[in-house]
Amino acid sequence: MSRRAIRDLWRAGVVLVLVMLALPGVVHAGDQISDEQARTLLEGLDASGFEAKGEAVERIASSQATQRERWLQALLEGRLARERRGEHFYIITDDAGREWPIIDAITLEDAGTGSRRTINTITINNTLRTRIEGALAAMSLTAGDVSARLAAARALLGTLDEASAPGVEDTLADEEDPAVREQLETALALYRVQQGDVAALETLRGHLDTRVRNALVPLAEGDGELAGEARRVLAGIERKREWHQRVQTLFFGLSAGSILVLAAIGLAITFGVMGVINMAHGELIMLGAYSAWWLQQLLPGQPGLALLLAIPFGFLVAAAFGIAIERSVIRFLKGRPLETLLATFGVSLILQQLVRTVFSPLNRAVAAPEWLRGSWQVTEALSISYSRLAVLIFCLVVFAALWAVMRFTRLGLEVRAVTQNRDMARAMGVRAARVDMLTFGLGAGVAGLAGVALSQITNVGPNLGQNYIVDSFLVVVFGGVGNLWGTLVAGMTLGVLNQVLQPWVGAVLAKIVVLVGVILFIQKRPQGLFPPRGRVS
Amino acid sequence: MSQVRTVSSGTGSVRRSMGHLSDRTTTFTCAVLMMAAVLVVGLNLLPSDHALHVGDATVSLLGKYCCYMLLALAVDLIWGYLGILSLGHGAFFALGGYAMGLYLNAQGANVDGWQAWLGHFPLAMLAVVLAPGLLALVFGWLAFRSRVTGVYFSIITQAMTFALMLAFNRNEMGVGGSTGLTRFRELLGMPLNSHAMTVALFVASLMAVLLAFVVCRMITTSRLGRVCIATRDAEARTRFLGYRVEHVKLAVFVVSAVMAGIAGALYVPQVGIINPGSFAPLFSIEVVVWVALGGRATLFGALIGALVVNWLKTVLTTEMPDAWLFILGGLFVVVTMALPQGIAGLAASLRRNRGGSAHE
Amino acid sequence: MSETLNRLRDMARPDRVFDFMVPDVSPVDVRHGPILYMEDVTVSFDGFRAIDRLNLTIDDGELRCIIGPNGAGKTTMMDIITGKTRPDSGQVWFGSRHNLLRLAEPEVASLGIGRKFQKPTVFEALTVFENLELAMAGDRRVWTTFMARLDHEGRARLDEVLETIGLEAERDRWAGVLSHGQKQWLEIGMLLMQRPRLLLIDEPVAGMTEQEMHRTADLLNRLAGQQSVVVVEHDMGFVRSIARHVTVLHQGSVLAEGSMDAVAADPRVREVYLGAEEERHA
Repeated sequence: MSRRAIRDLWRAGVVLVLVMLALPGVVHAGDQISDEQARTLLEGLDASGFEAKGEAVERIASSQATQRERWLQALLEGRLARERRGEHFYIITDDAGREWPIIDAITLEDAGTGSRRTINTITINNTLRTRIEGALAAMSLTAGDVSARLAAARALLGTLDEASAPGVEDTLADEEDPAVREQLETALALYRVQQGDVAALETLRGHLDTRVRNALVPLAEGDGELAGEARRVLAGIERKREWHQRVQTLFFGLSAGSILVLAAIGLAITFGVMGVINMAHGELIMLGAYSAWWLQQLLPGQPGLALLLAIPFGFLVAAAFGIAIERSVIRFLKGRPLETLLATFGVSLILQQLVRTVFSPLNRAVAAPEWLRGSWQVTEALSISYSRLAVLIFCLVVFAALWAVMRFTRLGLEVRAVTQNRDMARAMGVRAARVDMLTFGLGAGVAGLAGVALSQITNVGPNLGQNYIVDSFLVVVFGGVGNLWGTLVAGMTLGVLNQVLQPWVGAVLAKIVVLVGVILFIQKRPQGLFPPRGRVS
Repeated sequence: MSQVRTVSSGTGSVRRSMGHLSDRTTTFTCAVLMMAAVLVVGLNLLPSDHALHVGDATVSLLGKYCCYMLLALAVDLIWGYLGILSLGHGAFFALGGYAMGLYLNAQGANVDGWQAWLGHFPLAMLAVVLAPGLLALVFGWLAFRSRVTGVYFSIITQAMTFALMLAFNRNEMGVGGSTGLTRFRELLGMPLNSHAMTVALFVASLMAVLLAFVVCRMITTSRLGRVCIATRDAEARTRFLGYRVEHVKLAVFVVSAVMAGIAGALYVPQVGIINPGSFAPLFSIEVVVWVALGGRATLFGALIGALVVNWLKTVLTTEMPDAWLFILGGLFVVVTMALPQGIAGLAASLRRNRGGSAHE
Repeated sequence: MSETLNRLRDMARPDRVFDFMVPDVSPVDVRHGPILYMEDVTVSFDGFRAIDRLNLTIDDGELRCIIGPNGAGKTTMMDIITGKTRPDSGQVWFGSRHNLLRLAEPEVASLGIGRKFQKPTVFEALTVFENLELAMAGDRRVWTTFMARLDHEGRARLDEVLETIGLEAERDRWAGVLSHGQKQWLEIGMLLMQRPRLLLIDEPVAGMTEQEMHRTADLLNRLAGQQSVVVVEHDMGFVRSIARHVTVLHQGSVLAEGSMDAVAADPRVREVYLGAEEERHA
């Protein structure tokens, strides 16, 4: 009770002072206040107690001073200072070193330098800090564009008190932007709930901001109507958060799955469709990643352009290596899968060592272009990083393109003909050897694309490929050999499964569980998820 | 008809001499191994300034090679004779190694819980056999029962060893995490770094190779061995003959896994460390190239291959470390493309050529 | 003592824990006539009916030829009998006691049904002798196979079969170096080693020379009587030389059955074959 009385008194005082200050301002310079008045306002900040300083902050906030935002900002950052022996107030523009460049706080003109010996910074404590922030927020609430108002309104949540709430109510009445209104209403509702208003809880139902949840948790304890209702609202919020969390997990899973699919999709062509066991597939991915890195070295300062160029370049590099492998090794081992496996494994070792010798055994980081940084905040509990989103979309595009190639082009037709009946296809005039070469090149090129995408997710190093080879084969086998759709579904399934398991058992164990799961699944259904149909003889 | 008869009588004699030869192969290989043991131990006894002296380091290195030879035998038994290409045999090797490592650990330091049990030598030896054996039994039972064959089998064995590598890298397993087990002190009350221990371990490894060779030889020359070859070449046909192909595979696979486990157990005290790296798919597949180079489906070929490749590795990784992977990779390619029968096949064809010309 | 031991060993066998798991190895009951009885068997692959309500009976000791154009379902029929393919509906009985639809491939084989594939598959890395040895009837379990030594009786049986198939001189040659015809005979010999009650032989003379064909016809004629033989064949001349009883399959069911001459005179059979002939020429 007594506190409220003091506050009332204080408010009355503030109004009185404001009127007193405003009157001469109106008289002398219209909206402007005089330097003298400004100095008076600032001198209030140099009071000895933090409570008095707080009052001065409120006075500044409600004054007409044009510099008020800069003062408060400087105060917040500990850069508002007073001359040790004199009347002047300064703002330190750079507080590194011993001699600080300063400007006059009132005229905002250059005032040379100051140091610890000549000026005193005005100190604040945490309570004051909150108060300054609130004041700054309230200021930008009424001024500035929509985004500034929105940010200010968002910052208000949970900071309202008796002093600031009426002001916010006034602002709300004038505010027209719906998003800002919603934020303001939430902030006000939370304040009212804290004051014991049960009806206001309705506004907070399903609100995802952690501050709302944290504010409600203490209210939900104990008995009474408010506590019961708060518990119900809190439970609703928790449910909603859980759902958003699930969507987030699903997204992470799909994004992890898309990496698996990208890594495996080339293999789905070379292994799935052609039946060639290419253990150097991982190294083709690695070559794609190195192409992205190398282009970035060539085009310093333009990571975006380099990345875009890396897509065709990585494809071509990997495809060239793939064709070379096919011509020099694989075609001599046709129909001997185990030998092909061993020989291509040898090739993979050679490629690894080649990269180690030519570049270096160290891992390289590929910079992300501007437009892939950051994340998209869908709701308070759901954010999607652009790089992951890009990989997911890239994966789907690559998949669609590959599928279209296999389905609609001449090459696709010939590949299917050759894999179904090689002799017959040859009799029909299909040059099987050429088709083999091109198909393998295609699969290898897609591996290169995967590498380009991976360069955005992880560091590029000679061992990059090894990390994906086991997974890739499992994805293809799990999906059903010779079935592109199977690979897509399998990769995504494994990715999501992995993410779902992670919170329970940790990353490594989740991977182990998924591996063992796939092994067991293959025992149960050796043909994979989507077995090739037809008469098995 | 008469033409057929004359040709066949000729090959009949070849066959008989082959049968004779195959017995000779066993005795010859055993004799060579015995002589190697005597020779190495003998030369080791010479004074250290003698020109022919073989130092403890070399003896230990040779002991290590013996473990690799044993592992190669295990892989050859199932790949050469059954056509099962396991890319996860390193897992069985490592499991045997870990069992031994835990035993050695329990000797030196105070450990509690289940690991303390492995401090008893008989129990530890049981674990050396059981850990890989049971894994092979369960894994093989699942795989062979559902007729997972060929490349599919290879891929899931690789996934198996990969999963185990991840698992053993976890500190929660309680077996040293990524550093593995090391700092062993003594075995059966004898310090590990002593001269006598080095020689004893070498001899034990060599004897293990010899024993394994004889066991493999017994299997491959029995009717079971012929069933294995029949399975390798025409699995469906063998099944129609009434053989439970999956049982045959499972039995031989388990024997092979146990051999690999024993190899691992002998390996660990000689190198003084076992870590999850032994589970790495690369190691398992390297073993396959030993066998391929030596000559698949010839047991002494596996021995030669393991010896040659590892000797090369020892020399080259110290002389020119960058070149080693090039050479290993090149070996994979060259052996599969140009030398499908390996060194043993090359030797056999040379011998056949000479023998043929002598006949005519 | 050894009696108890044996019983204990029996109990320890995993397949002896439950009575219903004990494989039915009682002798084939042919007192009621047919050794093989198929009724209303249907099987389809992806909607295509490879076998369509097929009815077939083979008598004990009979030599039966089954002919039919490509895609008539001959190979699929054999797959069903040997347990490789499960029909969608219908019944298949071996004698009057054994329901073949309940048995897996090795069990069917151990009941006494031997099958020879279209393409000769012998174990090329083994000798003729070893091929026959592997096929010899006996305990197939892993340990007994490992310990198995050829006894006098087995050797005699081997020599007998070698003589039947006329490959005595090739006994120690690698099967891989045999001629095409010799491989076919070796494979028939391997089936004989199992002392089968029923032999299923898929296109035995495809790719054979005239001379080899005669020898094969001889061989099959000698076999009939001792065991039932079912031969699937394309070559009409060959069928005529061995067959007493012929069944014509068409589109998965029986089109005609009877003596070779009767079947050949059947207008429907002529149509199917001539039609097929015409297509082939078109």
